[in-house]
Amino acid sequence: MESGVFHTDYRTDMGLRRVPAERLRLGLFAAALLVFPFLASPYWLNLANQIAIATIGALGLNILVGYTGQVSLGQGAFMAVGAYTSALLTLRLGLPWGVSIVAACFATAAVGVFFGLPSLRLKGLYLAISTLAAQEIVEWVVTHWPALTGGVEAVVVPAPRLFGQRLNTDFGFYWVGIVLAGATALFTANLFRSRIGRSFVAVRDQDIAASVIGVNVFGTKLLAFATSSFFVGLAGALTAYYRNIISWERFTLETSVLYLAMIIVGGLGTIRGSLFGAALITLLPAMIATAGRELQQSAPAVAALLPSVQQAAFGLVIILFLVFEPAGLSKLWRNVKDYFYVWPFAYRRGEGR
Amino acid sequence: MDQFLQLTVAGLGTGMIYALAAVGFVIIYKASDVINFAQGDLLLFGTYLVFFFLVQVGLPWTAGVLLTMLVAAGIGLAVERTVLRPLIGEPIISMIMVTIGLSSVLRAVVHAIWGPQPRTFPSFLPEGEVMLGSAVVSADRLVAIPLALALLGGLALFFRRTRSGIAMRAIADDQQAALSMGISIPRVFATAWALAAATAAIGGIMLGNIVGVTPNVAQIGLRVFPVVILGGLDSIRGAVVGGAIIGLLEFYAGGYIGHGLNLIVPYIVLIIVLMVRPYGLFGKEIIERV
Repeated sequence: MESGVFHTDYRTDMGLRRVPAERLRLGLFAAALLVFPFLASPYWLNLANQIAIATIGALGLNILVGYTGQVSLGQGAFMAVGAYTSALLTLRLGLPWGVSIVAACFATAAVGVFFGLPSLRLKGLYLAISTLAAQEIVEWVVTHWPALTGGVEAVVVPAPRLFGQRLNTDFGFYWVGIVLAGATALFTANLFRSRIGRSFVAVRDQDIAASVIGVNVFGTKLLAFATSSFFVGLAGALTAYYRNIISWERFTLETSVLYLAMIIVGGLGTIRGSLFGAALITLLPAMIATAGRELQQSAPAVAALLPSVQQAAFGLVIILFLVFEPAGLSKLWRNVKDYFYVWPFAYRRGEGR
Repeated sequence: MDQFLQLTVAGLGTGMIYALAAVGFVIIYKASDVINFAQGDLLLFGTYLVFFFLVQVGLPWTAGVLLTMLVAAGIGLAVERTVLRPLIGEPIISMIMVTIGLSSVLRAVVHAIWGPQPRTFPSFLPEGEVMLGSAVVSADRLVAIPLALALLGGLALFFRRTRSGIAMRAIADDQQAALSMGISIPRVFATAWALAAATAAIGGIMLGNIVGVTPNVAQIGLRVFPVVILGGLDSIRGAVVGGAIIGLLEFYAGGYIGHGLNLIVPYIVLIIVLMVRPYGLFGKEIIERV
């Protein structure tokens, strides 16, 4: 009887999904995603779209923070660059939405590289604080340059259309969202099987050692900033088109913190974790709000505390994960898999995926 | 000239409050290498606690302030024991995120207890305005300067003269050497948090006096970063000088240039300092070895 997974050729050994069970799960997940919009209510579709956008943003942030080890508090700023670039290109220059989204991604990558420049000299905590400065500076530019960005006023984004259909309905956007999120996940998964991705990880694990074995540390960090910001910009641009309306309040430091929480709770440096974290952090306040509405009649005093409960729950989730499961939801998921892998025996598989 | 004097006094007054917030940050960083993103929320707690004791309980202000400091120190101890201690030795991102989570929880607690509406408590800093030559400066800020300086001086004495102060410096210098001299590291970390929370509470009290009791007090927490980076993350003197410089820059930029530039100047200074002298004015330069 076969007592493990044995690959007999390189193709299966190097595949992203190496075991039939993994392919089966992926297939089931894809099927569920295809069926979902036909069954779900607009409320759930809206949440799913938010999760899709958040997944793209979280994957982007994870490339920088989880895989390259450069802590960034500038996520909100980079999303703002993506959102405003795409919105303004369509609004002022009349570019089609597809073009302006791509342009926004590259613009955000450029801004990311610019604010990644301090990583030449800084690392760890100091770099984190310099990205905090980036966040504040971008926010200031957005709110104090009304000629370009509309200042503190909201910007209305023209609705994207495909084959004459509006795309920013919950149903239409869902397909854009999951395709792009899937593509981002696939790209990220493959990135870290390539030479460039491996050098990201080498820089994270020990930058000086990485430079000794011939990795150009500074160049790698800048590339990580660019790649990460590219996807963060994509998330920002999608936010703009999905919401139809953008204002600076959507891209504050709180946004940065939210995304950091996603990758911490999901699991640093994992693709699955980015999805899990994005889902949990998006669903948590929504679920609490639903519970609050239920309580509106029976206990209005409790319902009034809703914002505090949401904020406290957000903080508690971060703290509890860091204290009890620092590797996040993706590790919990692996524990479950490992348990069933050898079920009904109690011993655990040691290494492996 | 008058405007210059006014801006200077206002800037120094604000700067000293930054310094009080920053000192708590520095104490925690010095002792335990933790970057405390919840510093602003400790200030917020101080503001609301003193409001609670003075207005809602009705204590005289000496008792109120003392009790506030005690309770704040207790909160600091509790936070260190429950949240920070399990994370000793974890990577920087965990430390940053856990204090961010903490900040969220603390803010939610304040919000749940006292609500979002602004409040006031009876002022114990003198009110009104004082004529300095021909310049009009607000009295509370003028008084805040020597008050804060006295407190910071007291802290400096604590670090030089007392046993626990010296133990803290020893641990900051070399944890293993300090351990082998019989210094209890957990106890020192706990003291650091208690002390930081208590100084933050004082900052919060002064801030509550000047800007009122509102949730916005917590915003000061972010202003601390330019201050400590400029002064050096592990230097109390640096926190004072950095606080003064950042406070002055903010008010000069706001007063002479305008356009909300005061919001952004600290961060521009921060980036420049980081690029030129990452360890700040008085910080210790760290040489990394593999």
